[in-house]
Amino acid sequence: MSDVKLWDFHGGIHPPEHKALSNRTPIQPAPLPARLILPLGQHIGAPAQPIVAVGERVLKGQTIAAASGRVSVPLHAPTSGTVSFIGPQPYPHVSGMLAPAIVIDSDGLDAWAPLAPCADYRGLAPEVLLEKIRQAGISGLGGAGFPTAVKLAARPQGKIHTLIINGAECEPYITADDRLMRERAAELVAGIEILAWLIQPEQVLIGIEDNKPEAIAALQAALGERPFGLRVLPTKYPSGGEKQLVELLTGQQVPSGGLPTDVGMLCQNVGTCVAIHDAVLQGRPLVSRIVTLTGEALARPMNVEALLGTPIGELLAFAGLDEARMDRLIMGGPMMGFTLPSLEAPLIKTGNCLLAPTRSELPPPPPPLPCIRCGACADACPASLLPQQLHFFALGQEHEQLRAHNLFDCIECGACAYVCPSSLPLVQYYRAAKAEIRELEQKQHKAEHSRRRFELRQERLRKAEEQKEAERQARAEQAARAKALQTESAALPDRTAPLAAQPSLAAGLLEQQKKLRIEASMAQIALKKAEKQLAAHATPELEAQVAELRAAVEAAKKALEAVTAAAPPAVPASNDAALKKAKIELAIKRTELKKAEKAGADDAELTCLREALASAERALHAAEEASDKPAPQLIRTDKRPVDEKLRTLKTELAFARADLRKLERDEAADPPALESARTRLAEAERKLAEHQSE
Amino acid sequence: MTAVLVLLLLCLVCGALLGYAAVRFRVEGNPIAEQINARLPQTQCGQCGYPGCRPYAEAIAAGDKINKCPPGGAATIQALAELLDLEPEPLDAAEGEKPPMVARIREAECIGCTKCLQACPVDAIVGAAKQMHTVIAAECTGCDLCVEPCPVDCIDMIPLAGSLQHWKWDLPLPPGRLIASDRERAA
Repeated sequence: MSDVKLWDFHGGIHPPEHKALSNRTPIQPAPLPARLILPLGQHIGAPAQPIVAVGERVLKGQTIAAASGRVSVPLHAPTSGTVSFIGPQPYPHVSGMLAPAIVIDSDGLDAWAPLAPCADYRGLAPEVLLEKIRQAGISGLGGAGFPTAVKLAARPQGKIHTLIINGAECEPYITADDRLMRERAAELVAGIEILAWLIQPEQVLIGIEDNKPEAIAALQAALGERPFGLRVLPTKYPSGGEKQLVELLTGQQVPSGGLPTDVGMLCQNVGTCVAIHDAVLQGRPLVSRIVTLTGEALARPMNVEALLGTPIGELLAFAGLDEARMDRLIMGGPMMGFTLPSLEAPLIKTGNCLLAPTRSELPPPPPPLPCIRCGACADACPASLLPQQLHFFALGQEHEQLRAHNLFDCIECGACAYVCPSSLPLVQYYRAAKAEIRELEQKQHKAEHSRRRFELRQERLRKAEEQKEAERQARAEQAARAKALQTESAALPDRTAPLAAQPSLAAGLLEQQKKLRIEASMAQIALKKAEKQLAAHATPELEAQVAELRAAVEAAKKALEAVTAAAPPAVPASNDAALKKAKIELAIKRTELKKAEKAGADDAELTCLREALASAERALHAAEEASDKPAPQLIRTDKRPVDEKLRTLKTELAFARADLRKLERDEAADPPALESARTRLAEAERKLAEHQSE
Repeated sequence: MTAVLVLLLLCLVCGALLGYAAVRFRVEGNPIAEQINARLPQTQCGQCGYPGCRPYAEAIAAGDKINKCPPGGAATIQALAELLDLEPEPLDAAEGEKPPMVARIREAECIGCTKCLQACPVDAIVGAAKQMHTVIAAECTGCDLCVEPCPVDCIDMIPLAGSLQHWKWDLPLPPGRLIASDRERAA
């Protein structure tokens, strides 16, 4: 291994390791708890959705919550038992807040659901294999908890050329990966093989710090002749950071704000590899994990394989916790871990260590003093940032400056705070500043979203209002037009006037006509004026002017005539007034004709009137056609002239019928009279029928 | 004499240029109001006394005070002060800064009058006449404009529940500004 070139990363520290506390005993199975709390969000991404109901019996390995969305993983029952509660439960978080969870009361049998192991994963399509890993509920077991299948599937820039297996485990106290590599090297190698087959990288590099010689030896033996490069790294915190490990093994730096995939590399934790082996080759979903129980407040520090959801208090009790000696409880390591407010929270997928130190072992930090700008933090920063600058910017909430100084490249490793002579809680500043910036971003995003919704709503309301307004205007216009026509027809007293004779002119034509008429009369007036002037004092200029005006009057008159002619006398307007007018005209013509007939007018006059009547009828038809109304249903019954004889016959029949009715109604009537009335009616009917059939 | 003429000519040329530019490169709308509007929380709640965020932004651009937005609080005042180069002032509101709220309809009591639907500036309430209404919590801006029109008072404004996703670390107290006895407590 020594012949292989290794690189180095900037900064780093060498804190006391304290690993010997817990790495001497083999991994123990933790006792089966009576009650398991399974938070739905144990990973980065959307929380899983429960698919079981309270009271349902579940088997070990059964899916109890399904992944919701792409960046999410399902959750499985870690043991057999009954679902007793779904709702807010303690969660391992520094705030001590509750989080939605499924609670399972164990039945003590630990009975597995039927599993679907797959010995020959090479026969599977990559998508199927990825789906298997996803369905096994695997998220990164190193600490961050990013869904593994998503990480494997996301390849933004083409192919991954280097697969990096992270066995550095650089944080003090933690030995879970160490023990895992020692005891499960074969499974680990099988898991790496699955990953290598899935990704097909050019090289596979395994990085282990040189403070784990047993693990290195075990892995070396398990690797055999496989072409995986085992790299022994000098112990330095934080060599297990993803970006730092990439730089250590390949000399390449992950760009600011980027991921290892941006430089064609992919990192996986050793624990995740073993989980992938279990999921694919044995069909077992992720229901347990190896967790280091350590600290001087424990009588038996060790590594246990514990079921997810096991209450932390029970695990610590198993390791012999002396609560009186424990100063605080830390989840994770002393550098990057966080203090838990209670022992009731459960173990989750990302929990790799529970640290119960005494007060003398990890004393509380002394009160912070002002920064003296010594620069030790900048020397220690593995991300090459300027921690003291960031600290001042965070204090002043200068978010732009924080961004400009790459705050988001900070991995919160705590190296700067470790070396700070003023004991400034630097990481806490960065965490707070990051949270603040993210919150502001979210608020900004929400404000933008609300603004868009508000504007869309305004637009919609405006359009609706406009449409209403347009409709109202159209109605008002129609009403005004109808009224105008009515008044126009009413204002014309003389029906015989040329304009009144053509009431049904089309509106446009009417307008034109009006205009031309005005022009013509104006020309006439001008002509008259000029003529007067000419009469008063005749000059050649005035004469010429008069001639000109006369020509203009002629032209105007001609134009008017042309337009009037263009509008046929019966050009219908689509309105009721015209129709009414035509009807009235017709009626007047008809009465005139009748009067003339009665008065015994001579033939010439009658023909003239008849013609007028016919033309009025035609005008009415035209108006009817032009109006939107359907033409009246004209049923012309040809009434035959009633002659004298028929009339008398009908009268006789009616009298006979009336007589008969009268007699029938009168109960006291004598039968002969009734009989004679019937014969009379029958006779009258016969006579009428005879006459009509003639 | 020539100097005066040259200067006069220069003045005229520059004036013409400026006049032309003012017409040619005229900016539509008020860019300052636009930028102010982008910094307002867009709840459209009207608590500033203007009917919505844009009118308030325009009022600020015309010289109104920047401390009339309770939903935005100190953060908005700070942002506006930076933008306009003004001194940040304390919030001008009786109740002071309110935590983010969300409307919730007690659905059993809703009579389906649609009055709240018409009041909501961001269409965050769904429902129809004589049908139960409900608030889309993710779209609600907490402006409480829907509370007033409800004839049966079945809308509550509840503070947005703190969740793990929204939890954030507190900024540590600045060092060296504590007296020795307080340091113990702060630590």
